Amino acid sequence: MTPAKHKNLLELRDVTIRFGGVTAVRNLSMDIPKDSIVGLIGPNGAGKTTVFNLITGFYRPNEGFIRFRDRDITGLPPHRICGKGISRTFQNIRLFANESALENIMIGCHVRRKSAWWMMPLLIPSCVREEKNIRETAWKLLATMGLEQYANVPAVSLPYGAQRRLEIARALATEPSLLLLDEPAAGMNPQESTELMDFIRHIRREYELTILLIEHDMKVVMGVCEHLWVLEYGQCIASGTPDEIQKNPKVIEAYLGEEVFDA
Amino acid sequence: MQQKKKNRFRDTCLTIIVIVLLGCFLHYAQNHFNGYAIQIINLVAVNAILALSMNIIYGFTGMFSLGQAGFMAIGAYVSALCVLTPEQKEMMWILDEIIWPFSTIHTSFFVSVVAGGLITAFISLLIALPVLRLGGDYLGIATLGFAEIIRVVITNATPITNGALGIKGIPLHANMWWNYGWLLFTLYFMIVLLRSNFGNVFKAIRDDEVAAKVMGINTFKYRVISFCIGAFFAGVGGALMGNLITTIDPKMFNFLLTFNILMIVVAGGLGSLTGSILGSVIITVLLEWLRIVEEPMTILNFEIPGIPGMRMVIFAVALLVIILFRREGLMGMREFSWDSVIGFLSRPFNRNKNADTGKEQA
Ligand SMILES: Nc1ncnc2c1ncn2[C@@H]1O[C@H](COP(=O)(O)OP(=O)(O)OP(=O)(O)O)[C@@H](O)[C@H]1O
Ligand SMILES: [Mg+2]
Repeated sequence: MTPAKHKNLLELRDVTIRFGGVTAVRNLSMDIPKDSIVGLIGPNGAGKTTVFNLITGFYRPNEGFIRFRDRDITGLPPHRICGKGISRTFQNIRLFANESALENIMIGCHVRRKSAWWMMPLLIPSCVREEKNIRETAWKLLATMGLEQYANVPAVSLPYGAQRRLEIARALATEPSLLLLDEPAAGMNPQESTELMDFIRHIRREYELTILLIEHDMKVVMGVCEHLWVLEYGQCIASGTPDEIQKNPKVIEAYLGEEVFDA
Repeated sequence: MQQKKKNRFRDTCLTIIVIVLLGCFLHYAQNHFNGYAIQIINLVAVNAILALSMNIIYGFTGMFSLGQAGFMAIGAYVSALCVLTPEQKEMMWILDEIIWPFSTIHTSFFVSVVAGGLITAFISLLIALPVLRLGGDYLGIATLGFAEIIRVVITNATPITNGALGIKGIPLHANMWWNYGWLLFTLYFMIVLLRSNFGNVFKAIRDDEVAAKVMGINTFKYRVISFCIGAFFAGVGGALMGNLITTIDPKMFNFLLTFNILMIVVAGGLGSLTGSILGSVIITVLLEWLRIVEEPMTILNFEIPGIPGMRMVIFAVALLVIILFRREGLMGMREFSWDSVIGFLSRPFNRNKNADTGKEQA
């Protein structure tokens, strides 16, 4: 095993997926180094969310493969991929609406649980202890996210910003090493986005994460990411550091008229 | 923390008191009530078990399953075959002779109910593996189809089930103690399981299956588990029902039976154990009481002939009204808790206290 290979947590190689006649992602290759914060950008409908769905096992690529920690994970079902340490949030928040904030996080803890369901009615001590630990872990996560006051409130009734944070907290509860964030700053004002940037850096340090994020807010992307990939019509048209991307003529053309880099 | 422990102690005491009171009530009823009233009290318990079994599948895991009557049929037949003596069975099977090993089995009532539940759970597992890959309405149709298949198989497997003639003269084992004992066990099982994080997992699948998968939940596995637990208790309920009515035949386990249970679950509240209990009390009593409307009556000299099936019409309309005006049912997804009861009872006192402090400030 070469050291260079070991450094990458996630590798995509020539990944292609087609839906009928549409090629949503074409020949995409990405190397995500461990402990980095990297970004995936591109105009609407470029195929960014589709890349997340490929990595998390909702779609199987027609061509190419995906490796995580040097193991092939192509075609594994989503719950197995979560078990291996990849978690994500959704572009349009998908919380468990009727469950309280605390329960939402507890559900995230389930994947690391060792005891089986039938041990619960038999009150097997190891199972009861695990149950208690899950509850405590969930409380701790709630506290770090500043969501304690919503512990027993159903997720639907939470304010928008709190829902976004809860979704991240729930993803963290699965103890991932790679976290995928789909437009975390959507619907936030400039001040909130700045706070979000600090928050992303903070959880990277605190939970030893590698983070891949999709984002339209260029201030956030340029401020927090160390490396970027740009998608257009499913194809990767550029990749590099934020500075390189901002100067890349192809990228400027793709975003022509949007004046996103002025900020 | 201290407060929490104290509350748990208080809740345990209150629960034990309620169970003891229930026991006293049953004891009193056994000695003083007439047979008809006792039958209704028994039916409440059996219906509650059946409602809980459907609620875990539909209310908590969100799988619209209409196979309840089929599961009950399996439980009832297994139990009946177990409790009847070999001689009784030989006498009763007149179309075809009963085959071995069913001809020789003879177990106690308790064992027969457990066997009924377990065999139902096993058959439900075989159904679940192909069917639970379907979602939503398809699942409802497929499970309805399977319930019908089970009924047809029972009708035609004469050497085992005595076919369309059914089984008569099942000893009346299912007295109040057994029925309420099983109900308490069912409740205990459901409360402990559904209050734990495994219950949260079921609810997660109900609320958003895609998100549940992302959280690392093997949704298919947990759907199967929920389905089989539900089937187990439906089988138990069916076994108790057979031993309570003492006669079973394939016609009994038609869709109407599933509909009755569905009505209890919806009226009580999908996803509420408390709702299922309240629903089964109210609807079982109403169903009996409404028998009046099927009898001929005279109102102001007008003679109204009895219309059989009228109470089902009334109930269908009632279900419609519930769905239109109070979709979440009696309880919604809320559950009974001692905290809320005590909070409710002490409200007048608290109000006085608030009034006092208000005066002081003034
Ligand atoms: N399951 C699917 N079936 C058919 N087409 C799909 C499917 N999923 C995605 N697509 C198509 O793939 C393309 C990329 O969609 P995707 O959601 O990945 O875009 P995106 O980059 O996330 O856009 P946005 O910025 O608006 O979120 C779209 O044209 C979409 O219609
Ligand atoms: Mg998207």
